[in-house]
Amino acid sequence: MKEQPLDSVNLTIPAKPDYVGIARLTVSGIANRMGFSYDDIEDLKLAVSEACTNAVDHAYSGGDGDIEVCCSIFGNRLEIEVIDRGHSFNIREVEERTGPISFEPSMNALRERGLGIYLMKTLMDDVDIKGDNGVIVKLTKYLRKNEVEPHVKSPASYPYR
Amino acid sequence: MNVLIKEKEDAQKGVTIFVEGEVDVYTAPQLREKLLPLCQNGNTVYVDLSKVDYIDSTGLGVLIGAYKAQRATAGRLILTGMNARLSRIFRITGLHEIIEIEDRKQEDGKE
Repeated sequence: MKEQPLDSVNLTIPAKPDYVGIARLTVSGIANRMGFSYDDIEDLKLAVSEACTNAVDHAYSGGDGDIEVCCSIFGNRLEIEVIDRGHSFNIREVEERTGPISFEPSMNALRERGLGIYLMKTLMDDVDIKGDNGVIVKLTKYLRKNEVEPHVKSPASYPYR
Repeated sequence: MNVLIKEKEDAQKGVTIFVEGEVDVYTAPQLREKLLPLCQNGNTVYVDLSKVDYIDSTGLGVLIGAYKAQRATAGRLILTGMNARLSRIFRITGLHEIIEIEDRKQEDGKE
């Protein structure tokens, strides 16, 4: 049976550049509450922004649409799904083009875009991208035990505080 | 979630762009508008990032664009004042080996 999250926080934002920062703030708040380290919180903010930015850029071709940001809080990890209902893309093809930047004689090889997926994969413990009817990007980051400060209780213990 | 961009010209040093805030998909166009026109005539352009606490791939894209423009006209693009967080992103993406970065300590160096 699929493990159920302890809590979920869902946010729907318009697929516009103006609102990507809202998703970032939300995830930052949740990660902070869960006891992630400063660096991990920053990594989560960046990864969720990259996922939202991709949706803003590609999903609706300039038309109106929404992005759903679904945060599932587990005892040992945070899972964030960034979902759009726009155009999906050829994931294989995009993934093959991602990677760190390397210096090449031809400056055209120096990409101005396409770093987003690479950053997500580098900063998260797991990234799963599915595209069929729109795109679902699932980001997973595990809590490292020694990072949890003693006074931070796991979400399951909220009612007993 | 906004960005402030200021420009200062120094006859000897060149132009410095001071960026403050978060550079993301919403604010990166403002940086592009300010920075790219300065990268046309082969001069030296400094970008002071000491008050930037967040940058993502769209912001990096603007800096890559400026770097390319500077390279094409034999100008220099120099980034200064990066915090540890930003340095990490530049290392991860490999950009630290491409774009000229001035150490914050050197920049703040006091006698």
